[in-house]
Amino acid sequence: MVEEESVRVVRCGGSELNFRRAVFSADSKYIFCVSGDFVKVHSTATEECVHILQGHRNLVTGIQLNPNNHLQLYSCSFDGTIKLWDYIDGILIKTFIVGHKLHALFTVACAEDSVFVIINKEKPDVFQLVSVKLPKSSSQEIEAKELSFVLDYINQSPKCIAFGNEGEYVAAVRDFYLSVYFFKKKTTSRFTLSSSKNKKHAKNNFTCVACHPKEDCIATGHKDGKIRLWRNFDDGKKYTYTCLHWHHDMVMDLAFSVTGTSLLSGGRESVLVEWRDATEKNKEFLPRLGATIEHISVSPAGDLFCTSHSDNKIIIIHRNLEASAVIQGLVKDSSIFTGLMIDPRTKALVLNGKPGHLQFYSLQHDKQLYNLDIIQQEYINDYGLIQIELTKAAFGCYGNWLATVEQRQEKETELDLQMKLWMYNKKTQGFVLNTKINMPHEDHITGLCFCNAEKFENPTLVTASKDGHFKVWILTDDSDIYKKAVGWTCDFVGSYHKYQATNCCFSEDGSLLAVSFEEIVTIWDSETWELKCTFCQRAGNIRHLCFGRLTCSKYLLGATENGILCCWNLLSCALEWSAKLNIRVTEPDPHSENIAAISQSSVGSDLFVFKPSEPRPLYIQKNISREEVQWGVFVPRDVPESFTSEAYQWLNRSQFYFLTKSQSLLTFSTKSPEEKLTPTSKQLLAEESLPTTPFYFILGKHREQQDEKINEALESELVQLPLTENIPAISELLHTPAHVLPSASFLCSKFVNSLLLSKETKSGEEVPDDVDMEEEKESDDSDEENDFTEKTQDTNDTDLGEDIIHQLSKSEEKELRRFRKVDYSWITVL
Amino acid sequence: MGEFKVHRVRFFNYVPSGIRCVAYNNQSNRLAVSRTDGTVEIYNLSANYFQEKFFPGHESRATEALCWAKGQRLFSAGLNGEIIEYDLQALNIKYAVDAFGGPIWSMAISPHGSQLLVGCEDGSVKLFQITPDKIQFERNFDRQKSRILSLSWHPSGTHVAAGSIDYISVFDVKSGSAVHKMLVDRQYMSVSKRKCIIWGVAFLSDGTVISVDSAGKVQFWDSATGTLVKNHLIASADVQSIAVSDQEDSFVVGTAEGTVFHFQLVSVTSNSSEKQWVRTKPFQHHTHDVRAVAHSPTALISGGTDTHLVIRPLMEKVEVKNYDAALRKITFPHRRLISCSKKRQLLLFQFAHHLELWRLGSTVATGKNGDTLPLSKDADHLLHLKTKGPENIICSCISPCGSWIAYSTTSRFFLYRLNYEHDNISLQRVSKMPAFLRSALQILFSEDSTKLFVASNQGSLHVIRLLEGSFKHLHTFQPQSGTVESMCLLAVSPDGNWLAASGTSAGVHVYNIKHLKLHCTVPSYNFPVTALAIAPNTNNLVIAHSDQQVFEYSIPDKQYTEWSRTIQKQGFHYLWLQRDTPITHISFHPKRPMHILLHDAYMFCIIDKSLPLPNDKTLLYNPLPPTNESDVIRRRTAHAFKISKIYKPLLFMDLLDERTLVAVERPLDDIIAQLPPPIKKKKFGT
Repeated sequence: MVEEESVRVVRCGGSELNFRRAVFSADSKYIFCVSGDFVKVHSTATEECVHILQGHRNLVTGIQLNPNNHLQLYSCSFDGTIKLWDYIDGILIKTFIVGHKLHALFTVACAEDSVFVIINKEKPDVFQLVSVKLPKSSSQEIEAKELSFVLDYINQSPKCIAFGNEGEYVAAVRDFYLSVYFFKKKTTSRFTLSSSKNKKHAKNNFTCVACHPKEDCIATGHKDGKIRLWRNFDDGKKYTYTCLHWHHDMVMDLAFSVTGTSLLSGGRESVLVEWRDATEKNKEFLPRLGATIEHISVSPAGDLFCTSHSDNKIIIIHRNLEASAVIQGLVKDSSIFTGLMIDPRTKALVLNGKPGHLQFYSLQHDKQLYNLDIIQQEYINDYGLIQIELTKAAFGCYGNWLATVEQRQEKETELDLQMKLWMYNKKTQGFVLNTKINMPHEDHITGLCFCNAEKFENPTLVTASKDGHFKVWILTDDSDIYKKAVGWTCDFVGSYHKYQATNCCFSEDGSLLAVSFEEIVTIWDSETWELKCTFCQRAGNIRHLCFGRLTCSKYLLGATENGILCCWNLLSCALEWSAKLNIRVTEPDPHSENIAAISQSSVGSDLFVFKPSEPRPLYIQKNISREEVQWGVFVPRDVPESFTSEAYQWLNRSQFYFLTKSQSLLTFSTKSPEEKLTPTSKQLLAEESLPTTPFYFILGKHREQQDEKINEALESELVQLPLTENIPAISELLHTPAHVLPSASFLCSKFVNSLLLSKETKSGEEVPDDVDMEEEKESDDSDEENDFTEKTQDTNDTDLGEDIIHQLSKSEEKELRRFRKVDYSWITVL
Repeated sequence: MGEFKVHRVRFFNYVPSGIRCVAYNNQSNRLAVSRTDGTVEIYNLSANYFQEKFFPGHESRATEALCWAKGQRLFSAGLNGEIIEYDLQALNIKYAVDAFGGPIWSMAISPHGSQLLVGCEDGSVKLFQITPDKIQFERNFDRQKSRILSLSWHPSGTHVAAGSIDYISVFDVKSGSAVHKMLVDRQYMSVSKRKCIIWGVAFLSDGTVISVDSAGKVQFWDSATGTLVKNHLIASADVQSIAVSDQEDSFVVGTAEGTVFHFQLVSVTSNSSEKQWVRTKPFQHHTHDVRAVAHSPTALISGGTDTHLVIRPLMEKVEVKNYDAALRKITFPHRRLISCSKKRQLLLFQFAHHLELWRLGSTVATGKNGDTLPLSKDADHLLHLKTKGPENIICSCISPCGSWIAYSTTSRFFLYRLNYEHDNISLQRVSKMPAFLRSALQILFSEDSTKLFVASNQGSLHVIRLLEGSFKHLHTFQPQSGTVESMCLLAVSPDGNWLAASGTSAGVHVYNIKHLKLHCTVPSYNFPVTALAIAPNTNNLVIAHSDQQVFEYSIPDKQYTEWSRTIQKQGFHYLWLQRDTPITHISFHPKRPMHILLHDAYMFCIIDKSLPLPNDKTLLYNPLPPTNESDVIRRRTAHAFKISKIYKPLLFMDLLDERTLVAVERPLDDIIAQLPPPIKKKKFGT
């Protein structure tokens, strides 16, 4: 592992799965979706992510199956490349460098060696549909500069382009017109709807288009919720259309089923509508899908549909309109009030999710674990409605308790506040509502914190509010003759000169409570609730407040609105140091003394990591993001890193995540993208680049040479290498579709030969086999332990790198070894 | 333009009857429309959709089917079990033949035009042979179990499809036996109905039978095998009518929800010959049941319970984008239903079975231009005169002095004398009408109320002198030799010397009343006359035609006037020619000889002959010029046509005296309020 790496800001999952239409594999076993710079391959049956296709350096903007080989996938990206993937193995086959920023990708079966992309050439708003000729070449990276122009002035969204009748024509919509370009005739027909001048047709805008797979029929969706089915459009005069109208709001996407017998449409109603035989009366619905339908796609086999939703979710739907699986990413639909939190039990990131929900999001697996319905009311999706908002949440007592605050303010004077306390139920493995407190305060709650100290057997919660009070809530016995129960009651109400309380914070050992009242920080004894002392710096209202940890627990930090960061010494009751920084986020690392602060300037946001005891920061990274950073959080690592460099040591035990205003979740990483590629795929990639067919490994000279190499290698004590070398060749054979294989008689002798060769080295090979098995067990164990246990794995750090290598190639190795064993028995019978 | 005090009359409680059938004739481009009260109207689509003929209704003669036969012959059949042929020249019924099968529900003329089929209540299908002057019963087809509601011939004439209740039968014409019986599903999409009524069938030349039924389905059947090919569920209520275009590439259906759907035969893909029927555009121009549809080569025609006749042009079939490409909605008859007594300020309203006489209200208040004046005396309903017998009133008239009322039905002519004693009115029927005065198409009194002019349906014009309580037949103008065309419009000069009469197509004849002889004939014009009037003093005859042309003909000089020649040379304003309702009334200002007052259903116009004519660049519909503008500007922008669109739909407008106008409006909302409630449809957001 390379240690001296520069720390970079990287996107870490949570990217939009709903950015483009998802694509099904030909056999409907897999579904592909774009996810930031990656393409994710999910299993349609289990919802699990099977592969992540990494390689693009910018947002992936389009994916399509290769029409000539349905085991391959094309993807295009803003980085100007089109990449061809083998999705079953998750390897990159080829990269075509186009050069322009690519906005969308289309493939057509009849255009064998070219694909269609949307680019913008000159002006920022003028988009063109061009066809790109993909040159046939054996090299890994190919320049594809041969562009031919198809349509100009189109909409940039791929939903507004559709190819019909096996690529005979392409339909594009924009604003109020539909243009159809016929490739054979090289003519364009254009159909315009009456535009917004007439009030009746004010919302006639086209929003999306789809082409019938069998007939000359184009379906277009409109802003007023209508769907128009166009026919006879090859004649500019005799064209005709019919209307289907059910949606009351804009039609977001349309898709025809594979046979064309039904049309699917969706929009903000969150209802998937299936129009059978394209008739208005014969329609079926799949309602309550949770959020606006952004995209609809249909599997080539015709058995599955899927809908992408605005809450970053993909629902896989069976042909009979039953939702069969949900792939849920990080919900980014609403604004984040609660901030980023870590659930102490699952180590999941917790934040606002769907309206009225808290989402638990696994950072490791980049998927949502579950949603906790806090508000427990039906969400009505309509403009202008004032909704109940979940504003605060906090975990306490190692995740046993969860406190949430929700509010709804219709007018200045009418404020609805509710605080809910949830207890973790071990049986159901979930949070159960324990106490509901109506109007805990007279005004907005500004701070909410639990006392997490171990010595407190009685859980304590403090709320601070704009009404000038802070309240201490404790858990008391609430048993009656019917049942034993516990509940929360208010224990103490404190205030300071009628100032508005703005923040509250417990010290690490729980002995002190700091509450800020506008410009003043007050320190309270948590035993007796006596005011101990006050600090005031007259530098504006306190925005953030936190105590130091471990050795620095005697320090209290406060960031003010006037851009001053103060550090007070609690022992001397004096200001230790202060710095002029416009702090947006202060976040203490739970595993060290480090505190991360993010400051905001006109250029961007800067990160400072420091210990309260020393005013000099440990680490500074300027300009981590161009936009405002709203929240940050330290996430403890399962496996500590081992940066020796002083500057990066703060990343050893925890990882720092932060969320920007546009809701992209970012983190710091030292790995370069190349390194992130798994070792196996890298190796396969190297072999793939050879200008040879897979059979070459078995039938050609290369095989013999390689075997010789293996023998040599075996002799020279490197045990794992030959195996991993050996696997791809046979795996290629095993994975090659049967219909393209040469006859078995032809293959047999060579195949047996290859096996015989390996038999010769049997003595050398059996040993590593066993070693591998052991290693597997070990890694299996570690897999099972996973994240849920608190165990800190203090394994040998130096072994770690290799360990990961084996874990990643393990499944393949295991499979292949099993095959090999079967083959052995077969040979002995012969 | 001058300022007038306007009586804005809205108490004419007229409701047109609903449309039951429409039949389109491709050769003459005419449309026959029958209404629920038995009235049959003929519209000339070439003449700007003018309603040129009508046959008055009859209470017992509910028309259920209407057909054109070869040689412009029109047949109808109805629930009284009779087949009727109309005489389109004399505007009366030629003959009626009882089919002896109970009420007739459907009728179809064979493609060759020589045979006629009727479907009866008792389940029989009867074949008639059409002879040049009559129809002759030929034979019965196999009798079915229930009534035959729809019939359609195969274009070759060998087979007939008949829609009944719950099934469709296909008959072989030669043998008269049912070849196939195709059962229609009663229940569809979990909508269970007791019976499935086949409201309409259409037989295409490739053997496909299209049926529409009460379950809201449009179904395609293969008549060779008797199997269902395709099913379109288009409505949750009945689909009541179907019409196929002559090319068989499109058809139209009308539903009880008021929607008209267009189906087109489109090729599946551009490079294959395979074609399929696709529902394309829905049209919602009706609020109530669409009982009848027709398909002309360029337009879809529909009519129903909401009394509108809607002509929706097919944009792709219209060659030039002229006014034919616009949607037409015909609601009111193109003839006068109101007459007015200027002297006593009385209005006579004509309904299907009664007449109403009203005295206009009056006011003493004065106000600015545009003010609504309060009434000091409300309008009075003086008289309600019911007809005897089942026949509808054809025409009516009140004399200018207000003391005579005349009206006519198909078989009888009535003349009443009105006596006014303070506020009381006594009505006295003038008995012993002469035998020749049986039926009249138009009645007119002379300006001094001493003469009565009656246009009878034989083409003759009777002149009758009215005396106190009695009358005397003066003369009968016989039609010119050879023509049997009836006169529909009459106009008499205010001095009583001249009488102008016009038929449906031939020119206008001018008679000299003094000498009782034909004075001259105005040269005939391609388009029918919609209104006639003779100006006082100059005796200029003003004629309005259905193509919106207006001519002025000097009777003494027997030639068109100079002004008429000028306007013909220069041409009318294009917007004037694009108006879609005909001019129904022309009158004159007694003190301003240069003014011609005329109106159609949507505008009232004063043509000032002294002002320059507008050309296509000038604004035709200029708003009333603001008074503060200088006279110079007003003079510069002024042109001969002063148009007011305040009153609509305008059924009648006339000058009572120099400063008073009476305008009779009939707002469409009031008509809709009197119709039965439409099928309730759940509308989103209500």
